[in-house]
Amino acid sequence: MVEPDLAAIWVYLSATPLLGLTITLLAYSTAHRLYIYAGSNPLLNPVLTSVVALIVLLVFTDTPYETYFEGGQFVHFLLGPATVALAIPLYQQCSKLRRLFLPVAITIISGAIIGAFSSIGIAWFMGASVQTQLSLAPKSVTAPVAMGISEQIGGLPSLTAVLVVVTGIIGAVVGSKLFELMRITDDSVKGMAMGITAHGIGTARAFQVSPEMGAFSGLAMALSAFATAIILPWLLNLVGLLR
Amino acid sequence: MNFLNGITLLLIYQLVGETSVLLLRIPVPGPVLGMVMLFLTLALRGRSSTSLDSASSALLSHLSLLFVPAGVGMMVHFDRIIHEWIPISIALILSTVITMATTAIIMLAASRLLSKKVQKDG
Repeated sequence: MVEPDLAAIWVYLSATPLLGLTITLLAYSTAHRLYIYAGSNPLLNPVLTSVVALIVLLVFTDTPYETYFEGGQFVHFLLGPATVALAIPLYQQCSKLRRLFLPVAITIISGAIIGAFSSIGIAWFMGASVQTQLSLAPKSVTAPVAMGISEQIGGLPSLTAVLVVVTGIIGAVVGSKLFELMRITDDSVKGMAMGITAHGIGTARAFQVSPEMGAFSGLAMALSAFATAIILPWLLNLVGLLR
Repeated sequence: MNFLNGITLLLIYQLVGETSVLLLRIPVPGPVLGMVMLFLTLALRGRSSTSLDSASSALLSHLSLLFVPAGVGMMVHFDRIIHEWIPISIALILSTVITMATTAIIMLAASRLLSKKVQKDG
């Protein structure tokens, strides 16, 4: 009988996608349980905690990201069909959208421009590199779309993914306080601002406030993802040409 | 079977989206174009289907999970983040507050203007 060699098992496991995929799901479900247990505290956002836990694990075991991603890619791949799937909640809000078409359209387009160029401008002013500025530009857009935009305009998609998550958390944390200070009580207005700024994480927060705010936030998230994907590469091209 | 049909349809729309973006050189991510085409299909058809609903709610209810592998990619950019953490965090916080405040004001103003117009008309 051959003694099972732990090191050999580790070498085998770390070379298959199985381990990367399993620890991703395990880390996320644990993080999600922690988040629910803590009363949905936005600071314990499950994406944030599971990403931190996985990075600590990978650094500790000296595993390169590429090895991990061989397993992680199976989850990552689903971002594409998930983006397509956003069409369904958008369709369900169709009648509401038709009623408020003009104000929604104006808000979405200006929000897409303000969101992108305020972050580029501030980052530029603070001396960030061009690649960091470009990775910041789609930070208010839902992650699957933001990563596609980032890749297209010359940012770093994986850096954008992190910035998107952090933006969502900031938006979810400051949102209610900000609306209170601005004395805004209309749920459709709050939902629009939340969805444009803080995408899915903000939308989850909006649903806790009221169903109407949640619906408008989800609508704003889908529309601004689409608007930013069209407007941003085009505008950057224009600015680049004018420079 | 429902879920399988739904996810197949989503993948077909994504595939058509990705292919059109490449062929026609449209500056939009492929899945976004797929989303628009699916939305237009639903709007023209006037209803969604149970298979599509079940696939989309399954995917969207675990949307956060899908960001995790990309988020772990942050470890590749450790040096950049440590080096530029001040501009990055200030840009994130300020821009988030600015965007949220201005979009709220714009939405408020635009819907008020519009409802006034409706009142005048009526």
